Amino acid sequence: MIRIERRLRQPRWLTVVVPVGSLAIAFAASALVLAATGHAPGHTFRRLFDAAFLAHGALSSSVTSATPLAFTGLCAAIAFRMQLFNIRGEGQLYAGAILAAAAALLLHSLPMAVVIAAMVLAGAAGGAALALIPGFLRAFLSTNEIITSLMLNYVAALVLNYLIFDSLSYWRDTSTPEAKVFPQGKMLPASGTWPSWTLHGVLVPLGFLLGIALAALVWLLYSRTRFGFEVQVIGDSPRAATYAGMRTRRKILAVMALSGAAAGIGGASQDGDFRHLLDPRGLSQSGYGYAGIVIAALARYNPFAVVLIAFLLGGLQNAGYTLQGADFPSGLVGVMQGLILFSALGAELLVRYRIRFARPRGRGPALEAAG
Amino acid sequence: MNNSILVVVLASAVVYGTPLLYAALGELLAERSGVLNLGVEGMMLVGAVMGFWAVQRIDGSGSAVLALALGVAALAGASMALIHAFLVVTLRANQIVSGLALTIFAGAAGLSSYLGNDLHLADSPAKHAFHPVAPSSLQDLPVVGPVIFGQSVLVYASWVCVLAVAFYLARTRPGLNLRAVGESPAAADAMGINVTRYRYAHTLAGGAFAGLGGATFSLAITPQWVDGLTSGAGWIAIALVIFAFWRPGLCLVGAYFFGAFAALPFTLQSRGVTVAPELFQSLPYVMTVLVLVLVSSAGARRRLGAPASLGLPYVREER
Repeated sequence: MIRIERRLRQPRWLTVVVPVGSLAIAFAASALVLAATGHAPGHTFRRLFDAAFLAHGALSSSVTSATPLAFTGLCAAIAFRMQLFNIRGEGQLYAGAILAAAAALLLHSLPMAVVIAAMVLAGAAGGAALALIPGFLRAFLSTNEIITSLMLNYVAALVLNYLIFDSLSYWRDTSTPEAKVFPQGKMLPASGTWPSWTLHGVLVPLGFLLGIALAALVWLLYSRTRFGFEVQVIGDSPRAATYAGMRTRRKILAVMALSGAAAGIGGASQDGDFRHLLDPRGLSQSGYGYAGIVIAALARYNPFAVVLIAFLLGGLQNAGYTLQGADFPSGLVGVMQGLILFSALGAELLVRYRIRFARPRGRGPALEAAG
Repeated sequence: MNNSILVVVLASAVVYGTPLLYAALGELLAERSGVLNLGVEGMMLVGAVMGFWAVQRIDGSGSAVLALALGVAALAGASMALIHAFLVVTLRANQIVSGLALTIFAGAAGLSSYLGNDLHLADSPAKHAFHPVAPSSLQDLPVVGPVIFGQSVLVYASWVCVLAVAFYLARTRPGLNLRAVGESPAAADAMGINVTRYRYAHTLAGGAFAGLGGATFSLAITPQWVDGLTSGAGWIAIALVIFAFWRPGLCLVGAYFFGAFAALPFTLQSRGVTVAPELFQSLPYVMTVLVLVLVSSAGARRRLGAPASLGLPYVREER
């Protein structure tokens, strides 16, 4: 008989073996999918790995793809610490992108450093503001934050679309004839273009560095401050926290705002680092927010692991873009990401529980005696 | 008269509401058993692509092929739901993360796109599609002609499904057992109900319904395959279940209500009235948030709210 019982302690080696093992299982399952549909798995994987990390310029592109994922991953990880599910990373990213673009357009004549700082702040404010809506509803009306945040993603996406595709506001450049057919956002001024550095031939954008800095900050906050301690207590046992006199509502608002701000800075970095315009199609097709939740879960809510896993998944995503074409199956990257997630989720069981193979011992009478 | 704006909007509300209705009925069954499945969009897309594949590749008379295609779509949706059920029921994984993972795995940039690409389904119209079945004399009747008689079999079948699900939940033993599992799995277990089996069965049924909803897109509304065909209908279906307070009859009303929002901008545009479509498209989401706020007061939650164990794994040893 197989018995599943809760582990009382989690051995350290498990935290390494389980993620590595689940990655291996995910690759095996992807190989099965590929083989079943008549593609050579080995060849396809080699091309993927090559395009993600080895080819000329591949690392730079992977860092680029990883940057928004790191931010949305941090966004989810911050909220998860308190057992809050902030599924609005997606919408908060949009809100951040909108406000950061506004800041850049309004302040374009100021010096670059000021404009960039304003963009970061505006992005953070946008994300935080949107995050506070479900935060307030949760804190004061105890409305489930999961579904409200999910729904607000779509509202934010539609606002973004409206600003670019439907309004006659100055967001939209209608001065050229093409604009009427396929209107695009206004280009951001040069002073709103974020700098980047080259390290051993790898292009590192400002946004990625901000992401690492943010991860360090979150780690400090959660492991070294009273605030972080209280957040964890509230997450583990809201009742105990209330008895201890912790201000639960305030913490919910603070954590939601912080988490939204992380995604919002991600949106600002999309404007400043990469797209240089407000790009609703590109932003909403990429699904950064949902990937962020997955990354946070894979990283087991450790901020540094979030950045690392964002880099790995970003590499995979980047390879998908690079290889997209007739001979490379489209949709494969999504399938692989999904499989990695599934196996990581399944492996969680092994971390929390242990499986025992044992023969059932004298059942009936023992139970009666116990009852 | 049948060209008046009200009739046109009503008729298209039924058309666009039908896939929402199927998917929402499925999600309702899963949620009533305590399993929240956020992978509806992914399951719909896989159902849509496999249903379309069946229509393109199976030879035979139109109606037989279409019936078979619906079966394939339901099976495809259910097999996606099986992954979710295994992870959340057997392995006790987090339902939210698993559902989102299912959307990433199966969704617009995942398996559905992979299959559509690998089976060469894009850029060709469907060989068979669902069309209105009523005689044209009935279709020409004022108001009810286009709204009721101008619809395909899928619409009428969805009404049967609403009745069947409502009857199942309120009047049959398995249906009552299902509600017990969703409200209090520990009590249901003590009664001798197999919680695991009920959760698996209804999550799979939810997937099958989502697959049918997807096939409604690829075989009736826009009879073709493009990546991301359902364009977010799965998320609206999740909203719809809440909007309908987990009741099948209200799902029907809500589906047509939300369907009208989807159809209204196009109808207005063809009459020369320009309204931002985003305004109408965002209404279902905004209204769902409002409904959620309304039902979150303690009293209302007890009478109207979600199944009490929604989202929680059931572990017998830890109850």
